[in-house]
Amino acid sequence: MLGQLNYWAALPEIVILAAASLILLIDLFVPEDRKYVTYWLTQLTLLVATCVTLTTLRATTIHGYNGMVVDDMLADFLRISCFIAVSLMLFYSRSYMAARGLLRGDVLVLTLFSLLGMQVMITGSNFLTLYLGLELMSLSLYALVAAQRDHPRGAEASMKYFVLSALASGMLLYGLSMLYGTTGSLDLDTVARAVFGHHESPLLMTFGLVFVVSGLAFKLALVPYHMWVPDVFDGAPTSVTLLIATAPDIAAFAMTLRILSGAMQGAAFDWQGMLIVLCVLSMVLGNLIAIAQVNIKRMLAYSTIANMGYMALGFLTANRYGFSAALFYIIAYVLTSLASWGIVLLLSRQGFEADRLDDFKGLNARSPWWAFMMLLVMFSLAGLPPTLGFYAKFVVIEAAINDGFVWLAVIAVVMSLIGAFYYLRVVKLMYFDAPVDTAPITVRGDTAVTLSVNGLLLLILGVLPQQLIGLCAIVLTQSNFP
Amino acid sequence: MSMTFSTFTFYAFSAILIFAALRVITTRNPVHAALWLVLSFFSAAGIWLMLQAEFLAIALVLVYVGAVMVLFLFVVMMLDVNFEVLRQHFRSYLPIAAAVGALVLFEMALVIVDSAIGHTATAGAPPPAGGNTSALGKLLYVEYVYPFEIAAVVLLVAIVAAIALTQRDPRHRKHQDPSWQVKVRREDRLRILDMPSEKPPA
Repeated sequence: MLGQLNYWAALPEIVILAAASLILLIDLFVPEDRKYVTYWLTQLTLLVATCVTLTTLRATTIHGYNGMVVDDMLADFLRISCFIAVSLMLFYSRSYMAARGLLRGDVLVLTLFSLLGMQVMITGSNFLTLYLGLELMSLSLYALVAAQRDHPRGAEASMKYFVLSALASGMLLYGLSMLYGTTGSLDLDTVARAVFGHHESPLLMTFGLVFVVSGLAFKLALVPYHMWVPDVFDGAPTSVTLLIATAPDIAAFAMTLRILSGAMQGAAFDWQGMLIVLCVLSMVLGNLIAIAQVNIKRMLAYSTIANMGYMALGFLTANRYGFSAALFYIIAYVLTSLASWGIVLLLSRQGFEADRLDDFKGLNARSPWWAFMMLLVMFSLAGLPPTLGFYAKFVVIEAAINDGFVWLAVIAVVMSLIGAFYYLRVVKLMYFDAPVDTAPITVRGDTAVTLSVNGLLLLILGVLPQQLIGLCAIVLTQSNFP
Repeated sequence: MSMTFSTFTFYAFSAILIFAALRVITTRNPVHAALWLVLSFFSAAGIWLMLQAEFLAIALVLVYVGAVMVLFLFVVMMLDVNFEVLRQHFRSYLPIAAAVGALVLFEMALVIVDSAIGHTATAGAPPPAGGNTSALGKLLYVEYVYPFEIAAVVLLVAIVAAIALTQRDPRHRKHQDPSWQVKVRREDRLRILDMPSEKPPA
């Protein structure tokens, strides 16, 4: 019986869980002024987990724990992406956290637990594990949003996030229970076979799918399930916002892919229609509302909503090219998003948040290098060549056109033109306005190096995107997505 | 139908269960209501035991009676809620409550009638060899070990999060310092007053 467990399939998860539990204990013996020990232990954990994932990398798909876990190329690729994203998040927010009393063992351990939840979502091959992973990730994030105990805005954001997220989880569970009712299984492969067995979707299944798509859309921040995004992004400490805005998107993408494509590919016609509505609404509303924002955290929040709309544009084609375009988009977006929040964190200091657009005025005069980095980020978000964001938008729009959604592609292009306005406004503020805030920018060495590499990657991958695009395609093909 | 001992026990437990459940909602004292609920849990556990579902029966007694209800009793006693005030608007909600109750009853009737027409009473599946407890254990710790462990981590995160959100740094915390405590002198605790004695009242 134990032979079937195949526990190697979840080795990176075991590493993270063991390390998180150990750090929880070790942190008790670390004095308050030496919390960097806990910090570096967390970074070491991420490094070890990455190495473990790389050494157990194989091209074949392995199921573990009686079909609860699937370890395929997609899982390994996304796991490593999450490890890198969380590691960079820690590098960028080190000074910010230290200045606000957030460099604590509990914050770091909760970060690791939320990462564990993401991994469980990425590798889940059963509705049960996917849901538990989602809850593990979300529960840790709610607590992190309220991590600054004496800030009522953080507590309010956390409360909103918790209540709305619980509602979305309820919808997801309700939908999953209906899918279970029609297919008789929680296992994704069994569900997929049962769905393909039906000639046309039974009403109950379509009904369940509506709830499942709604629940997933909440996690992906698609309109009209986006209400929590601006409030949570704005209310949370920026370091936590950076965490929420990056790695969970990868995990939510993986969960959506596993449920909608892995299990419900046979009912693709049904969920395609729903995604089209969500996609159009997200692109339109996200870009239009972002124009009106004066707070950069809120602006980037609406930008996230719009970007998830573009991602959905690739996803809704329901074919291999579309999925690989969406995968490429999400990786490109997370890389860009990391750098954008990294720079917001860089400009903030003790008692100063740098969360207004005006705080970016005259950045070029204060520090040409970081202004250039922000320029790359904004170009990438706006989808201008030669940055990574251009190719990301290019491949999703190409996928949509190839599948016959020309009108969707037209909306996407028009909306990214409108979106370019508020991204370029930041560039204008940085280069053509006089600085309001003249405090010197102090950066830790490791932060400067990682953030610069991150920013330059946007340019390098924008010039040479073929490797990454090819990798996304290979990963999906090897993992047997349609 | 011959009245075997087990049928008799079943009816006895059921009667107690129904009576206790009715008392839970009709009694005016919340502490009594909680105690009646304990009795109804015990009766339900008895019925489960008769169905050879010993794990569920023991879990019900241990978890609900042993932990949840005791906790509930503590809360009711400590909060000192004035239930008379809560009950004031009872009559104004009566029509809507009656309508909802009737609807629920109707739905339950539908389900029961539907299943009664479809198939005659089926005997429950025989308990697995080795008993329920071992079968459940095998399911939880072998087949579903992964979700089980993740659920455990979710609970751990709940503990960590609760502490992280409520814990204050030492100067805001009420804490005891043992070294300070043992250094206490008699004069710190005890003050002897010299008072003139009074005459006892006659």
